[in-house]
Amino acid sequence: MNSDITRSSAAELAHALDSREVSSVEVVQAHLDRIAAVDADVHAYLHVDAQGALEAAREVDQRRAAGEELHVLAGVPIAVKDVMVTKGMPTTCGSKILQGWMPPYDSTVVARLRATGMPMLGKTNMDEFAMGSSTEHSAYGPTHNPWDLSRIPGGSGGGSSAVVAAYEAPLAIGTDTGGSIRQPAAVTGTVGVKPTYGGVSRYGLVALASSLDQAGPVTRTVLDAALLHSVIGGHDPMDSTSIDAPVPAVVEAARRAEVRGLRVGIIKELGGQGYQAGVQARFEESVQLLQDAGAEVVEVSCPSFDYALAAYYLILPSEASSNLAKFDAMRYGLRVLPEGVRDPSAEEVMAATRDAGFGDEVKRRIILGTYALSSGYYDAYYGQAQKVRRLIADDFVTAFGQADVLLSPTSPTTAFKLGDKLDDPMSMYLQDVATIPANLAGVPGMSLPSGLADEDGLPTGIQILAPATQDQRLYGVGAALEKMLTERWGGPLLSRAPELTAKGA
Amino acid sequence: MATAVTEDVVDYDEALERYDPVMGLEVHVELNTATKMFCGCATEFGAEPNSQVCPVCLGLPGALPVVNAKAVESAIRIGLALSCQIAPWCRFARKNYFYPDMPKNFQTSQYDEPIAFEGHLDVEVPAAIGDGTEIFRVEIERAHMEEDTGKSLHVGGATGRIHGAEYSLVDYNRAGIPLIEIVTKPLTGAGKRAPEVAKAYVAALRDLLRALGVSDVKMEQGSLRCDANVSLRPRAAAGSEQETVPLGTRTETKNVNSLRSVERAVRYEISRQAAVLDRGDRVTQETRHWHEDTGVTTSGREKSDAEDYRYFPEPDLVPVAPTPETVERLRATLPEPPSQRRRRLQQDWGYSDLEMRDVMNAGAVELIEETVAAGATPAAARKWWTGELARRANAEGRAVEDFGVTPAHIAELDGLVRSGRLNDSMARQVLDGVVAGEGGPTEVADARGLELVQDDGALEAAVDKVIAANADVAQKVRDGKVQAAGALIGQVMKELRGQADAGRARELILAKLG
Ligand SMILES: [Zn+2]
Repeated sequence: MNSDITRSSAAELAHALDSREVSSVEVVQAHLDRIAAVDADVHAYLHVDAQGALEAAREVDQRRAAGEELHVLAGVPIAVKDVMVTKGMPTTCGSKILQGWMPPYDSTVVARLRATGMPMLGKTNMDEFAMGSSTEHSAYGPTHNPWDLSRIPGGSGGGSSAVVAAYEAPLAIGTDTGGSIRQPAAVTGTVGVKPTYGGVSRYGLVALASSLDQAGPVTRTVLDAALLHSVIGGHDPMDSTSIDAPVPAVVEAARRAEVRGLRVGIIKELGGQGYQAGVQARFEESVQLLQDAGAEVVEVSCPSFDYALAAYYLILPSEASSNLAKFDAMRYGLRVLPEGVRDPSAEEVMAATRDAGFGDEVKRRIILGTYALSSGYYDAYYGQAQKVRRLIADDFVTAFGQADVLLSPTSPTTAFKLGDKLDDPMSMYLQDVATIPANLAGVPGMSLPSGLADEDGLPTGIQILAPATQDQRLYGVGAALEKMLTERWGGPLLSRAPELTAKGA
Repeated sequence: MATAVTEDVVDYDEALERYDPVMGLEVHVELNTATKMFCGCATEFGAEPNSQVCPVCLGLPGALPVVNAKAVESAIRIGLALSCQIAPWCRFARKNYFYPDMPKNFQTSQYDEPIAFEGHLDVEVPAAIGDGTEIFRVEIERAHMEEDTGKSLHVGGATGRIHGAEYSLVDYNRAGIPLIEIVTKPLTGAGKRAPEVAKAYVAALRDLLRALGVSDVKMEQGSLRCDANVSLRPRAAAGSEQETVPLGTRTETKNVNSLRSVERAVRYEISRQAAVLDRGDRVTQETRHWHEDTGVTTSGREKSDAEDYRYFPEPDLVPVAPTPETVERLRATLPEPPSQRRRRLQQDWGYSDLEMRDVMNAGAVELIEETVAAGATPAAARKWWTGELARRANAEGRAVEDFGVTPAHIAELDGLVRSGRLNDSMARQVLDGVVAGEGGPTEVADARGLELVQDDGALEAAVDKVIAANADVAQKVRDGKVQAAGALIGQVMKELRGQADAGRARELILAKLG
């Protein structure tokens, strides 16, 4: 184990806990100290539950001391994106409208973390209701990229990628509707996995777009992601869209890290023009490494991907406009009375609350979705988008006929400056151009660090995609590539990130 | 505060001279599944408000629905019983609109892919000509699954509606209760019998659903609710087909909570709309509320074409795809169709059309069936249930079921009458005792010492005594005025404190005076 607990991977911590080198309380405390030291600068947490995490750690230490058989990750702390409901811990989804809401139940993912004995450090920052690619749309202020505090950590799950990148947690849970796990991973030099749709229960994940949302691991290594994936994955009778099959053998695949004889497809439409030179260069190097390791590289074409972004920005707002209707001040959350109205009606209170409680991006998408679903427009917008979605799924089927996994850069650029794209929604949306097709088709995807761009010295990410339910392929390829890259770099990419200094310390 | 304005109405028969009514009936049926449509909450009626709720039916952030398989089976059985086609693949859809009693601000329903469609239900209505009955076929457009909303109670204000209320209370126990909505095609050709057709349809549907065992079908508790769409169109000119005349603007009347109200509400709307059209005005497309007490409908929310529920397929649920084997398995569980069953029972029981209709209207078919099965004669079973007990229920404003009298009791009572132990008036006294909870008929008869005098000696003595005391009446009988014997029989019965066989007393009197 690393001399600094917080620098250890989850797998290393698990080993140290198992061999009693360290206690869970010590591990949790080390991370709480780190949070205290750097989170004022990073602002990755919306809520830190020191007491709850230490209590859970004490309990798992006692169980271990009593000789109880424990899960490999028992005692390893974790942070959870604030879109997952947590019993007795605030859940805001980065929105004012849920300020003060204390959920009376746990999401299935959180329940599984608790059952595994993983102390929850707290809830991570995010774009409001997961709408955004920078966390700048959080109602509680943006998260800063640990590589450069003046830059975005990606989004919507920038908080989860940042806590992992800044060593404020060894593991985190993210959610990915169009790239919200993978794009933040790419721009912070971390690993993020969006499992197959239905692979991880959505029960208790506050829905953005039900048919696209998927929770997954945010970590510093591929093996850590696999370990976490196997904890949170698997069938849940509370989620009708959950796949009733065992979790793919992701940990075994990550340990095997084998690519020899594997057919690797490069998606023609995702790369080249529109992609930052450094991003493209690191991507091509990674492909070369895989080829050198015995993988067969082929080019595949997915022509319908050109329409993915357009289809996504009809389907997502449509579903979101309906999913977000429940925030109406009647039962929980914020309640705002309209100004200058005596005896306001329920409708007026709803309107005033939604006006005050939702941010601009949320309102923009609710309006878009309401419009797209309106009678007379439905066929032209929502209906047409669903057709494109089928074409994209067909493209994947064709491509996976030619290759076992597909590769592309995760995000077209490295982390941009805070504020740079706030007034240009379209350029913000383009951040997810390479990640969105996987959500539309329900296939699994992983982003892992591919290096640093020459032009700005910031992390770049490579995306691996696999057919639905074949998540283990991501881990096999990801772990192999990670091993080769780490050897080439002489250590993990994150060790090249500048040291964060404690503010005011 | 809006004041209710009494609207003009045209005499019903007069209205029918000028206009042809067209109806569409939407019936919502609450299924009697143990749990809700999309969660595991209980569905008991009348529980403490907001005690049968969970994150799912409260629409809490993050919660997800899971379809109740039992409710889907009930929906398919209802569809099959209505001779519908069953969709091999269909989806739920979200109906989006804001209302405080709807936790998610959308209702999970079905839109263009109903589970059942294209069926019919034959209902019996009075014949157009003569006293008989005839069959009117009600075409069913669709039956689809959805969830109920919560129940609002608007406190304060004059109307009991949300506008003008001081505050509102919402009970979410009802939110998520499985509902099946059954929608007819526009019903044309009913003419002046439209109100009767509407009532007969809802009654027939109620009987069918009860026979299926899928719902409590209690209109007064809201487990069966009917919305009646009514429109009028001008009568076709002589020589041209009524069906060629385009449909008029319809209103949708809600809050119709009894069979009688269905008939009355349709009748009222026809008279009211006729008055509107007679004035040269247009009928407003709107929702109207039926008022049971005053017998009128009043204007509710205006329903413009702009109303847009933004339906789209529910992404949180997977499609419902019953296999042909499942559908056939469910078809095999269907009860005999009520109309066929009614014909069979009428024949078995030897009832006239009128008697059978009374039995149907009293909702006593099952009771009589069980009573006959327990050994009573069909005539006696009918007499007790639709005569004596229905009369008592009416007089006391109670339901027949509330008396605690079982079919076995009635069969036992009939047995006592037929064996000669009780006469009718004594049997009624025994029934008093059963209703009062004194026990079964034999027990009550024993306890109250009710038993016909079987001994001819005692009866003869009483007859002699009465003849001697009423010489003038006796003489009339001797002179051939046989009906005068009735007065003597009455005296004999009185003499024996009612515990005599009146028939035997009559025989003895006529023999002695013959
Ligand atoms: Zn519930």
